[in-house]
Amino acid sequence: MGRLRFTKEGVAVWSSHLDLMRALMRCFRRAGIDLKHSQGFTPHPELSILMPLSVGVESQCELAEFTLAEGCPVPIKEVAARMAPVLPAGLRALESYEGGKKAGKLAWLRARLTLTYDGGVPADAEAALTALFARPSLVVEKFGKKGPTEMDIAPMLRDLSVLQTPENAGDGFLASLERTKEERASTLSVEAVVAAQNPTLNPLLLATAIETHLPTYKPDLVRCRRLEIYDADGAVFR
Amino acid sequence: MEHGRENAMNEQIDQLLQRILPTVQKPARYVGGEYNQTVKNLREVDTRVAFCFPDTYEIGMSNLGIRILYGIVNQMEGVWCERVFTPWGDMEDAMRTAGLPLYALESHDPVVDFDMIAFSVGYEMSYTNILTMLDLAGIPLHAAERSGLQHVVFAGGACTYNPEPLADFVDFFSLGEGEESTVEIVNCYREAKRKGLSKQDFLWEVGKIPGVYVPSHYEHRYKPDGTLEAIVPLPGAPKTVTKRIVQNLDAAWYPTEPIVPMTEIVHDRMNLEVMRGCIRGCRFCQAGYTYRPVRPRTPETLYEQAVHALEFSGDSEITLSSLSTSDYKYLEPLTDRLTEYCVARKINMSVPSLRADNFSRDLMLKLQKVRKSGLTFAAEAGTQRLRDAINKNVTEEDILTTCQIAFAGGWNNVKLYFMLGLPTETDEEVLGIAELVYKIYNTWKDYASNKKRGVRIHVAVAFFVPKPFTGFQWEAQTTPEEYLRRCKLLKEHLNNKSVEFNYHEAQLSELEAMLARGDRRLGAVIEAAWRRGAKLDGWMEYFDYDKWIAALQDCGVDRHFYTTRGFGLDEVLPWDTIDPGVRKSFLLRERERAYRSEITPDCRHGCAGCGANCLLEGGVCDG
Repeated sequence: MGRLRFTKEGVAVWSSHLDLMRALMRCFRRAGIDLKHSQGFTPHPELSILMPLSVGVESQCELAEFTLAEGCPVPIKEVAARMAPVLPAGLRALESYEGGKKAGKLAWLRARLTLTYDGGVPADAEAALTALFARPSLVVEKFGKKGPTEMDIAPMLRDLSVLQTPENAGDGFLASLERTKEERASTLSVEAVVAAQNPTLNPLLLATAIETHLPTYKPDLVRCRRLEIYDADGAVFR
Repeated sequence: MEHGRENAMNEQIDQLLQRILPTVQKPARYVGGEYNQTVKNLREVDTRVAFCFPDTYEIGMSNLGIRILYGIVNQMEGVWCERVFTPWGDMEDAMRTAGLPLYALESHDPVVDFDMIAFSVGYEMSYTNILTMLDLAGIPLHAAERSGLQHVVFAGGACTYNPEPLADFVDFFSLGEGEESTVEIVNCYREAKRKGLSKQDFLWEVGKIPGVYVPSHYEHRYKPDGTLEAIVPLPGAPKTVTKRIVQNLDAAWYPTEPIVPMTEIVHDRMNLEVMRGCIRGCRFCQAGYTYRPVRPRTPETLYEQAVHALEFSGDSEITLSSLSTSDYKYLEPLTDRLTEYCVARKINMSVPSLRADNFSRDLMLKLQKVRKSGLTFAAEAGTQRLRDAINKNVTEEDILTTCQIAFAGGWNNVKLYFMLGLPTETDEEVLGIAELVYKIYNTWKDYASNKKRGVRIHVAVAFFVPKPFTGFQWEAQTTPEEYLRRCKLLKEHLNNKSVEFNYHEAQLSELEAMLARGDRRLGAVIEAAWRRGAKLDGWMEYFDYDKWIAALQDCGVDRHFYTTRGFGLDEVLPWDTIDPGVRKSFLLRERERAYRSEITPDCRHGCAGCGANCLLEGGVCDG
C-alpha cells in the first residue's frame, strides 16, 4: 500500500470528492502507473482518499491511499514525481511513500478560515471571535443526510487563533482577494485544530457558529483551507 | 500551456465567481481549468472565437463535434477558441443577480469581448438556450441588430439542415462537417477584419465558401394559406447550398489529446469514431440520411487513435461510435486488436448500436471480458410489416436468438426502444410490441442460466417526430392525444412485473416536431417563448409546455401547421435551399416504398442511388 500526499487548490476546489476520485484514477493511468483492481463484476482500482473534502475547500494536505498492481515496476516513492506532469490545474503531488500510519490513527486537522467583510473587518472582531470560540460550549446546527442536528463544537476545537493579517493564504484561485492591501484590511483569519475523525468537525462549521451566535460579525465570504493533519498525540500524520 | 493560467484569468469575473460558486449545483462545470484545455497568450491572438454549446457542460463536453472543432480552430495560429456552455437555472439566476456576464471557460473573459460567436446545435429543444446565452453575454439577439463585424454569430450541427427557425438570430450557417470549412470561415473573417469590411460585405464573402448558408440572402414568400410560395435568392446568392464533407476521414484531425473534464459528463469515456454515415437508411432517421456518404476509417488509424487517446486521457472506458457500428467494415480486426489492449489494462470497451446478428453476438461475448454491459435493441416497431415500412432491418428471430444466447450467458437486463405514431402504424402493430416483449420474457424463462436473479425488460417508447431530409419529411405527426392513447393501449398489455415501461413526453416531441420542420416565422415564437421564461426545454426540470402555447398565441402561429398537417409533396419546403447530398427524388421514392411496406436494401447490397456519393471525389462510397 502506498500514500500520495497532494494539494487541491485553484479551480480544482470546485470538484466534488467523487469527481476527484475519478480524476485521480485517470491521473494514475496517464502516469502509466497500474493500480490493483478489485475482483468481480465491475472491477475498481484500489484507491481511496482518507478525508473527503467539501466542495469549495482548499487543501495542502490531502492523502490518498493506493495499491499498485502486481508487477507494476514503478517504485511507490516515485509515484508523486510520475504524477506531477499529468495532474490537472490545482492538484499538485507533494510526495508518495510506502505504508504510513493506520488511517484510524488520524485524529486532528489544522485548518484556516479566511473571512471577508466587504465593508472592512469590524473593529472589535478579533476579540469578539476569540471570546466566542473560548466558550465552554458552542452549539451549531448541522445539516446532515437525516436533516438538521445540533452539535456542540467546543470540545472538538483546539489551539484556535484569530489573526488580522493572514499569512500565506495559498496561491490558488480563492486567494485572489488577498492581492491588494485594501483587500487585506477586509479579511480576518481563524486558524484552529479540529477533530478529524470520530467525530469529525467540518471547519466550515466555525463560520456557522459565528453566524449563529454573533450574527453582526457574519462575514460576506468564507474560504476554508486544510493545512495539516495529526494523530491523537499531535504528531504530523503521514 | 497550463502555466500562467491563473494569472491569465479574468480577475473581476473571478471575484464574482467566488461568491456565486458555493451557492450553485456542480460548480466544477463553470470554472474550466481541466487537463489539456487550450490557453493562449492574448498578445499572440488576433481573433477570439467563443464556441458555444446551447446545453449544459455535461452534454456539451460529450459532443464529439465540439471537441473536433475546438482542436482544429486552436491549431490556427493567432486564433483562440474557448468553450461556453449554457448555465443551469440556478447559475443563470445567480449570474443575473450578481451582474455576472456569460464568460468563456478558459480565460473567464466575458463573451462580449470575443470576435466570433459559434454555436453547435444538435437538438431543436435547445433553441431557447441560444437566446439565453446571447442575452447573458449582452449580445443583441437578432442578426439584424448586430451591425458590426464583431459578434458575428454562426451555427452548425445536425439541426442546421433546417436552419430557418434560427434565421432571425444567426448570421450564417455552416452546413455539414466543419473540419475544413470552419478554418476557411475563420480565415475569411480575419481577412474581413484586416480589410475593415462591413458586416454585409463579409457575409457575401463568407457565403462564397462552399457549405455556408446566409439566410439574409434569401427571401421567403408565403401563400395566403401559409405555405411557402417561393424562396428567392438575392442576386449573387446560390440557389442551393451543399453541405460539406471530409473526403478522407483517415487523414482528418481527431481529438486524441482531449480535454479531460474534472466533473462527470454524460459520455465520460474515450469516443472513437469508426466511420461516418450509415448504410441502413432507416426512413425516420435524419442522421442516417444527412451523414451520408458512408466513409470508414481504417482499423490501423483507429487503433492508433484509441491507444493515443487512452494513454493521454487516462480514460478507463472506450466506446466505438458511429450511427451503426456493427456495419463498420473492419469491426472484427479492430475489436480483436483493441480487446487485447483493453483487457490487459482493465479498460472497458463498449460498442453501442450493435445489431442483433451473428458477429455482434460473438462480439458481445468478447466484450464482457472486462465488464458486462446491458443488452439493447432499437427494434423501433413491433411487427415485421411496420419494421419493413420504416426500413428498420432487424428481425424478431435475430432479437430472440441474441436474447437466448445472452440469457444463457448470464445477462438479465434487456432494453428495447420503440417508436409510436409511425406512418401506417395500426393498433395491432402497437400490440405487436407487447407480443415481442413476451416472447423475450419466455426466452428468458427457457434459457436463463440463473433464474433466481430475475430479469428486467425495459421498454422505452418515443413519439415519432418527422424530420427534414428523411423519407418521412412530408408526413403528418400523430396528435399527442392519439400517441398517448397508443401508449396506454400498449401499457395495458404489458402486465408483467419484469417489464418496465416508459414513454416520452408527448408535448415535448410535439414541439420538437414543430421546430424541426419550422420556417422563419417560428423565430418569433422561439423568442416569445424565451421571453416568457422558456429555457433548458430539453430538461424535464424546466420544460414548460404552457409557455410555448402562450408564445404561439402571442405570435398567432398554429403549431398544427407544422405537426399534424403534414407537408404537401409539391409544397416548397423551408429547407429546400439546403442540399445534404441525398436527393429529394430519392426521399420521395423511399416514402412510396414505405407505404408499400417495401424495404430498401442497405448500401452494401446494392446502391439505392440516394445521391450522396456525388459529394465524394470519385463518387464511390464506403471505400
